[in-house]
This record gives sequence, C-alpha cells and structure tokens, in this order.
Amino acid sequence: MKQSETKDHAGLAEDFIKDEERVNWHDGALWYIREKRDIASKQIPEWEQLREAASKIKSNVISNLHEYLLQFEANLTKNGIIVHWAQNAQEHNEIVYSILKAKEINQMVKSKSMLTEECHLNEYLGERGIDVINSDLGEYIQQIDNEPPSHIVLPCIHKRKEEIGELFHEHLGTEKGLSDPTLLTRVARKHLRNVFLTRRAALTGVNFAVAETGEYVVCTNEGNADMGAHLSEVQIASMGLEKIIPQKKHLGIFLRLLARSATGQPITIYSSHYKKPRKGQEMHLILVDAGRTRQLGRTDFRDSLKCIKCGGCMNTCPVYRKSGGLSYHNTISGPIGAILAPNLDMKKHADLPYASTLCGSCSNVCPVKINIHEQLYKWRQVIVKEGCAANTKALGMKAMAWTLSSPGTFTNAGKAGRWFLHNIPFVVNNKLNPWYKQRDMPEGPKESFAEWYAKNEPKR
Amino acid sequence: MFSLVKKSLNSAQSFMSSREKILEAVLKNQPQTTVLPDISMFKGDKNDIIQRYVDVFKTIGGSAFIVDNLDSVKDLINEHFDVTKRIVTTLPELSDSAELISATVDPHTYEDVELAVIRAPFSVAENGAVWLTDEYMGQRIIPYICQHLAIIITAESIVPTLHEAYEKIGLGSYGFGGFIGGPSKTADIEQALVLGAHGPLSMTVFILK
Amino acid sequence: MTAGLFIPCYVNQFYPSAAKSTLQLLKKLGVDVVYPAKQTCCGQPMSNSGFEYLSQGCNNLFIDNFSGFDYIVAPSASCVLHIKDHLHSAQNEELATIIRTRVYELVEFLTDVLKVEKLDAVFPHKVGIHHSCHGLRGLHLAQMSELNAPPFSKPKRLLDMVQGLEQITLDRSDECCGFGGTFCVAEEAVSVKMGKDRVTDHTKNGAEYITSSDLSCLMHLEGILHRNKSSLKIIHIAEILNSTV
Repeated sequence: MKQSETKDHAGLAEDFIKDEERVNWHDGALWYIREKRDIASKQIPEWEQLREAASKIKSNVISNLHEYLLQFEANLTKNGIIVHWAQNAQEHNEIVYSILKAKEINQMVKSKSMLTEECHLNEYLGERGIDVINSDLGEYIQQIDNEPPSHIVLPCIHKRKEEIGELFHEHLGTEKGLSDPTLLTRVARKHLRNVFLTRRAALTGVNFAVAETGEYVVCTNEGNADMGAHLSEVQIASMGLEKIIPQKKHLGIFLRLLARSATGQPITIYSSHYKKPRKGQEMHLILVDAGRTRQLGRTDFRDSLKCIKCGGCMNTCPVYRKSGGLSYHNTISGPIGAILAPNLDMKKHADLPYASTLCGSCSNVCPVKINIHEQLYKWRQVIVKEGCAANTKALGMKAMAWTLSSPGTFTNAGKAGRWFLHNIPFVVNNKLNPWYKQRDMPEGPKESFAEWYAKNEPKR
Repeated sequence: MFSLVKKSLNSAQSFMSSREKILEAVLKNQPQTTVLPDISMFKGDKNDIIQRYVDVFKTIGGSAFIVDNLDSVKDLINEHFDVTKRIVTTLPELSDSAELISATVDPHTYEDVELAVIRAPFSVAENGAVWLTDEYMGQRIIPYICQHLAIIITAESIVPTLHEAYEKIGLGSYGFGGFIGGPSKTADIEQALVLGAHGPLSMTVFILK
Repeated sequence: MTAGLFIPCYVNQFYPSAAKSTLQLLKKLGVDVVYPAKQTCCGQPMSNSGFEYLSQGCNNLFIDNFSGFDYIVAPSASCVLHIKDHLHSAQNEELATIIRTRVYELVEFLTDVLKVEKLDAVFPHKVGIHHSCHGLRGLHLAQMSELNAPPFSKPKRLLDMVQGLEQITLDRSDECCGFGGTFCVAEEAVSVKMGKDRVTDHTKNGAEYITSSDLSCLMHLEGILHRNKSSLKIIHIAEILNSTV
C-alpha cells in the first residue's frame, strides 16, 4: 500500500493540498454531489421525518441486536444460507479462505465491501495463492493502483481521468493518452465481464440484512454484485453485525434515504434482495464483529453503528473535500471514519477526531441522524483522558487553562506584547507558528476593550 | 476459592465459540430497548402516477413507452433493437421473435444476449424502479447480463413510493428479488456519467394501458 | 433589564471596536449594559481540543462574573454556544444552569429578546454574510442548507434594516471558513485552503465586506486577505448595525 504510515491527517492533507488544481476539482466534484443530494432530498416533503424514522429504527436495532441476530441467523438457515461468525478480521479471512479451499477455488470476484477492505481480505487471500479482483469500477482502479479506496461510495474520486488512463494503459493495454471516461469504462466492462464469466466464487458486502426474513440487500449502480453472484457456484456475503434491520417494510425507509443521500439518485440502479441460493449454488454469510460490540458498549459512540454508508458526510465535509480521503489513513474516511476509527485503535487514530472544524454539516446530512460532530468532540475528550494526545498539546493546554482561570495573570499579561500573542495557540507570535505561514494576525490596537471601558465607562 | 472459580470461568470462556462470544458481548453491551417507530404514515399519492413514472424513469436514463398491446411492443423492439442478435424472453406471446428463457440451463450460456424482454409485477413512480423476482426473470442473471433490458408492466401496477412497493412484496416467497431502476451506470471516472457499467447499456419499459 | 456584556478574550484584545459597537448598540436600544471587568475566556479552546476537564477554572470564573444578570450578551456565536453547551460547575451547577439559559449571541438577542424591527443604521456597501458554523448549526441563527425546512436568517433580517446596504448571494451559503479553534494551526494547510475558498466566494460575487457574528472566523479570513493584499474587508455585524452616516 502506498499509504503513509508515519504522517498524520494534517501532514497527509498538506501533501494533498499542494496540488491546488486537483483539490479544487475534488472539492467541486464532491460539492456537486452534495448539491444533488440537496435537490433530491428537497423533493421529498417528508424527508426529515424519514431521517427521524430511520434513526429510531436503528436505535431499536442497537438496543435489541442480540435478539435480531438470533432471528436473522435462524431465518438464514431456514433459507439455506450457511452462517458463520467472526470475532475479528483474522477469523473473517480464515472463514473465506476455508470456504474457497474446500471447493478448490483460487480466483474470486468481489463487489464493493468496506468490511473486507477493513479486514485486508485481498492481501490475506493473495498470500495464500487466491487471486481476488474488485469489480466495482472505482475499486478496480484503486486495486490496480495498489491504493485503498479514498471514499466509500466513490473509491477513486481523488484521481484525474488522465491518471486513470495511464493506469489502464499500463494494466489493460489501452492506447497511451486515452482518458475519455466512456471509452475507459467500456474497456473495463469488457475486461471485467470476462472476470465475471470465469470466477466460480463471488463475494459481496451487505447494505441491509432483514432479521424478519433472513434475506440481505446489496445496492450497486453498476450491476457488478449481481454479475458476480448469479454466475458463481459459491456466493459469500460479509457483513458487520450492525447491518441488521428488523423488518422487511423498513427497507422502504432506508432505500428511500440511501441513494438520495449518497449521490442524489432516487434509488441505486440495483437493489438486490438475496434470500436463497440458486439451484446448485452454495451461499454463505459471515457475521463480523471486529470491534463493533466494543463500540456498542461505548454509550457516547454507539450511535455510530447506525451508519448506512451513504458517504453523505464525506461529500459535505469541507475538511474531507480539501484533504482527500486517503489523508484519513483508515478504510472509512471522512467524518464517520473519524468517529469509527478511534474505537479500532485509539492511539493510531488519535488525530482523526481533530481533523474537523466541528462545523456540524455532517450531522445534518446524515440519513440516520448520527450526531457525528458531537461524537468528534467527545472522542477528543476521551483521547486526551486516555493519554493519546500529543504531549506538547497537553502542556500548552494546561498553561492556558491556568492563565485563563486567573483574571490577574490574564490582565497583567494583557498589555505590552499582549498575553495573547504568547499563549493562545493559534496566535503565538513566532515564525514557527503555523498561523503565520499563510496568514497575518490582526494588528493589535493600542488599547483593549477592557482598558477602554475602564477609562470611559462610569464605575458601577 | 475465588481465583479457582475465575480460572474455571476463563477456561470455559475459551471453549466458547465465536458465535457465543459475540452474542454474549452484544447482550452485555446493548443499551436498554427502545421501541420501533410507527411508519404507517409514510405513503405517496396516485395522482398522475403513470406520467410521473415515465418522467422519473427518463431522468435516470431509461426509455419508457406507453403501449396498447404486445403487438406494439414487438414493433417497437424491431424499431429500436438489433433483432439479428440474440433476444430472449419470458413471455410465450413473444416466442415467435424471441427465444424463451430456460430456468435450468447454465446461466453462463446467456452471455451473448443482446436483448431480454421480461415482465415485471410492478414498478415504483418515485424512483422509476421495477420489481423483479427470479420467477419473473426466468434466470437470476438475465436482467444483468443482457446488453439491453426491456420490461413490460401494466399501467395499473405502478405504485407511488417504496412504502407501497414493500406492502405489495410482503415477506415474499422468492429466492432472489430486486429493484432495477435504469441502465447500469457508473461515474467513478471523474464523476462523468457513463451508462452501461457492467449490466445493461439501456433499459426500456413498456407500459401496457 | 440588565445585560452582562460578555466580550470574548480575543475580541477584547484584537477587535475592541466590535465590542464598543455592541455596547453602544445595546445602549441605543435601551438596554442597561454592564461589563464585568474580571472576565477572561469561556474555555472553549481547551474543551474543543479535548481538555474539557481543564476548563473548570474558567467555568467557575465565568459564573462569578455573570450570575445575577437578566441576560448575558456577547458578539460571538461560538463562545455563546460553548457556554450554552458546556458550562457546568461542580460547586454551582444551579447557577451554571441559569447562565446557560440566559446567554445570547448579539443577533439572536436583538431578534428574539429585543424583537428589533427597525434600526437607525446606514452602511452603503455590498456585504456578504459569512455564517459561522456555531451560529448557524449551533444557535440556529439561520436555516441550515442541509435541511428540508423553511428558510430564515436572523442576520439577513437585521441587515435588511440597514440603509444603503446590499447583500450579495454566495455560491455556498453556509460553508465553513476553516477556522475551527486550534484546528487553524493544527491543520494549517486545510484551514487556510478552506479560508481562501471562502474568500473567493465573496470576491467572485462582488462583496466589499464580509460580515459575521463571529470574529474568530473573520480574524482567520482577515489574516488571509491581509497576507494577499486584498481590498475585501471584514467587519463584525455589530459594527454595521451600529453604523451611522
């Protein structure tokens, strides 16, 4: 993987921003999707009620997950789907491997699944001689470039078409300089069609799993999940525990919200309901924990498990738009990634809750009303308490807290040179302060308001 | 004594399956139960539903025709598609011009289908999607593998929103079912919309009056 | 009616004219205003960085300064929101609770408490409103663009009362400027890029001034404007509402 292991979000974002033309394009493309989402949502008068209902359904799921899991498992079994349980990524990967090995399969096609990205399934299987091809066009492009997806819905949104043309030239033998999106898509269509036709095993993710009926729904625009699944003799679905919904009719709520929130489409082109294997086909479903039960136990953060992975929070997040998904160095990037990641590895992801201005736009677009920006704030408190914040930050903050709680120090420090210029982190007046790299400070007036007030307003 | 108990508990835990460990952790960590919301108030209206369906379907890149009977469908197919190539259908009425889909052959054999013409039980006005189950598809792969997809629905079967759609579907006795809302598409390369990603390059809906 | 004037620390130091305008405007509108001299800071910089537990001293001091007033008014949405959401005290939770319900940002105080319908202000310039995120999504000073809900804007309504003022329409009505407290230094590159883009939206649409109910956003934008020698200026909304010919 090209991803940097040493730089934090701020550092990786700085690298991304160096190419300003790309950033402007990236920002504009994602903002355009946000605008399409606005138009689509405003065509539904009951939009806000739908969000509220979706949020409440998900609250119920979280609070009753144990029973729904048992019900789902029983119904899957009744439908002839083989159920597996995995506590972590390792176990998930072992299960997939054992299913394939039993059938002597060494090639698999996979549709978009953030969970398998999170588990690094492709690498695991690759080391064991099993070749996996990602069939979602964006994920395929990321795979041939040996990069993880930068966005959960638009995996290669950070790439320009010329770069994709270059990758196709290198990997698929297209003419050098070809960068027309339609022509490139046609080439990929032809290449991947051959993949679908020759793979005996297909793996998909899961968007919604209905406890009541034991079926699961997979949403795509390209039709890649179905091409793989319906041509395979072994079909595997990997899902996080939180993807359960109680009843079939709840799909009406979620499918109305999902695509409109994601891209502004009224529905994804394909919303496929998988219930029973085809005659002669074997179907497996793997229920994966991988930290989800731990998050379930965190009162302040368990609502993050409501996420339906629409990517709406990424499109609206100004920090995401300017910094690119790869700067989050986590499978799930953007605001939602920043509240999910610290649960997985707090130290490694301690920077992510700080990769936000807490502007709150994410919470407003979220179709299941996750209080994302409030959780970002709360994660900061936890990260500091757990000792995961950078040491320098902690010392500076303590000094500031002491001064700000003592009016004497504050006002004495006020005049000459101004206490502020020495103490508030964003105005410390020296060349090392990042504020001054591209910004000036206001020229301090002769007199503060407090000084003026003392002179000019009658004492009371 | 205590430590002994603890030890035996620990060893018991290690014999627990992943399933039991996960379920135990879920039970321990899930909050107090909250109630499911009433969603019965969500419904759409049927005013002008055919036109609304047609309009939405066109905006998602599909073509829709309102027709009187299957003869008109045949004429339109002749007019719009390359009939020298392989055409398959689930409708016996069309068997003079198309091959009937077999539910039992290897799905890979449909790789070269140019056009599939199948019936759908209903469609949804708010998003243009048609609902299909394996029974209607003939084979699950058909509506995905064909180069062009044509669907026949009746005008009165159109429902306003997904809420009415799921009311119709109920729990369902199918093995596989799906909504299909237009030709397959991608915008993964620079957000440029391209119709025909992996599935059909075009989708046509014939609405029988 | 007596209002305690809460002047955030950086406004006190860097933008005393906005504080003076706030004081004068409130007086003009008949409010008895007192400025408690021992105030420092609301504690937001610590809390937003994850050091909420260090802000207890600031909280107690704030309570000492501001309990007893009918209202507490500040020309800063961000600091007001912080007090509303996070002012607590182990010793004096009752007083803290009262303060949390009595603290107002200037625009909301003028709109919701004083119910101002008319202003005697003149400002013959083209002005763009920069909604601070805390003012918009925290205090609901205007409708948020993400929601399917009827539009309104308290600052716009007040600026409509100012003679000669022309409000410009921005491409992105409520995009964040990238200040974000310590974010502005911790994530310098992103912060500045966001600020630059916010400035461009205003210049592109012909603004002479960017106004806001938050000087923290404006300080950040001014820093960028000044460095780039732009003729576009920033001004706190209190100064516009208090301006005369």
